[in-house]
Amino acid sequence: MASEFETLTPLARGAVPASSTPFAPALVLWEEPLPGGAHWSGLLRRGNSLRLIDIEGRANVSALFFNYEDRSERYNMPDTLKAQRTAFLTRGHVCYSDMGRVLCSIPEDTCGWHDTFCGVLDAERTAAKYGVARYQEQRNAMVRNGMDAFLVELGKFGLGKRDVVANVNFFSKAAPDAAGALQFDTAHRAPGQFVDLRFEMNVLVVLSATPHPFDPAPRYDPPPVSLTAWRSGTAGAVDLCRNACPENERGFINTERWFL
Amino acid sequence: MASSIVESTLDPAHAVIDETVPAGEPWMKRLRRGQVLRIVDLEGNQAVDTLFYNADDPLERYSLTQTIQAQGALYLGAGSRVMSSEGRPLLTIVADTCGRHDTLGGACACESNMVRYALEKRYMHCCRDSFVLAVARDDQGLGKRDIVSNINFFMNVPVSPDGRLSFEDGISAPGKYVEMRAEMDVTVLVSNCPQLNNPCNGYNPTPVRMLVWNPS
Repeated sequence: MASEFETLTPLARGAVPASSTPFAPALVLWEEPLPGGAHWSGLLRRGNSLRLIDIEGRANVSALFFNYEDRSERYNMPDTLKAQRTAFLTRGHVCYSDMGRVLCSIPEDTCGWHDTFCGVLDAERTAAKYGVARYQEQRNAMVRNGMDAFLVELGKFGLGKRDVVANVNFFSKAAPDAAGALQFDTAHRAPGQFVDLRFEMNVLVVLSATPHPFDPAPRYDPPPVSLTAWRSGTAGAVDLCRNACPENERGFINTERWFL
Repeated sequence: MASSIVESTLDPAHAVIDETVPAGEPWMKRLRRGQVLRIVDLEGNQAVDTLFYNADDPLERYSLTQTIQAQGALYLGAGSRVMSSEGRPLLTIVADTCGRHDTLGGACACESNMVRYALEKRYMHCCRDSFVLAVARDDQGLGKRDIVSNINFFMNVPVSPDGRLSFEDGISAPGKYVEMRAEMDVTVLVSNCPQLNNPCNGYNPTPVRMLVWNPS
């Protein structure tokens, strides 16, 4: 059977590169340390990649993704999981929007499991777990929470509570038993693990380096994460993520039509 | 929290609402605090895609992540609290003869059908169309941004310990039901799922019955 890609017109096929480019220091656009507990947002353009590095081996990075050009289009957890028959994300997976398009793909990952369904803690649950540490006393060592981080960064782009959906928690793993009870896996993380997000659309990225809701560490001490943006190009005609399943081949066709 | 069977003592003859929702149609109602909603899977293996909103402030809405955090587990069943985006209980499941309900599968959409099945499946009816139409007709200013990951009552989407997710034949059967008590005034938004491409409706979408009782 012909692949979905081969059914495209010559012009549509011609818009797809032969392959994307693996990471190399010469391709780096910018680097930035994201302090533990901090939040970040920005535009990652189609064809650029973002490498997240868990420097100390105990990080959690909560992430939301939106189509920068139409922010009602956003990362959709159920569609991502259903298309790829997975409950977690790793190398070869993509993050789908609610419009059947690939916001970003994951061509490299040394971690192996990124959580998709545990969400972030809000202010009330963060205070219940870690106690209260306000700016007045703690200055920038204050305790922060993922929900407020999302609301702050979303607010900068005209978005808010309506736009908070189930997020990805990079580097964290909480796996279910047969009855569905979740157990956080503290042995899952290791210093230096990284994951590459290759942006297939122009994407508004919102990040929060706050603790995972089920992280059993009793003290609030989120570690820093390294952000590296680099010029990778988009998924090629033959590509680990595109060819991972027929669903992804169709998802990339939908995505590429947006830019034709 | 999941897979325990709890039967209800409520009598359908005393229900204040008793309506049948055909497959492929939405159903949107306000429930007052204390009212009890029962959804009956009349013919078995029917996915009932459901969202809840605070009736007075729909910015507060069902949150799968808050629900999963509150119970530390994926599936819903008798005793589960359906939590809002503000971390408050919207409803509590008080009876359940099915045993497990899905939180991860979300709703079908034209666009996800294109990805999952074939690009030409775009024109098949889907839950998101029902959801979007229902909130547009409701005229409260809700729209696509308010349609978030929903509960799928009677749907079986097991996750294995190694993280594989599958859509399996339903564990529901004709006459099985789930019943929940509103913990605040809530708006219920249902799409009785029209999906024909996977076993979530046994490849044959069928009607469900919606019953509401006043507080006893």
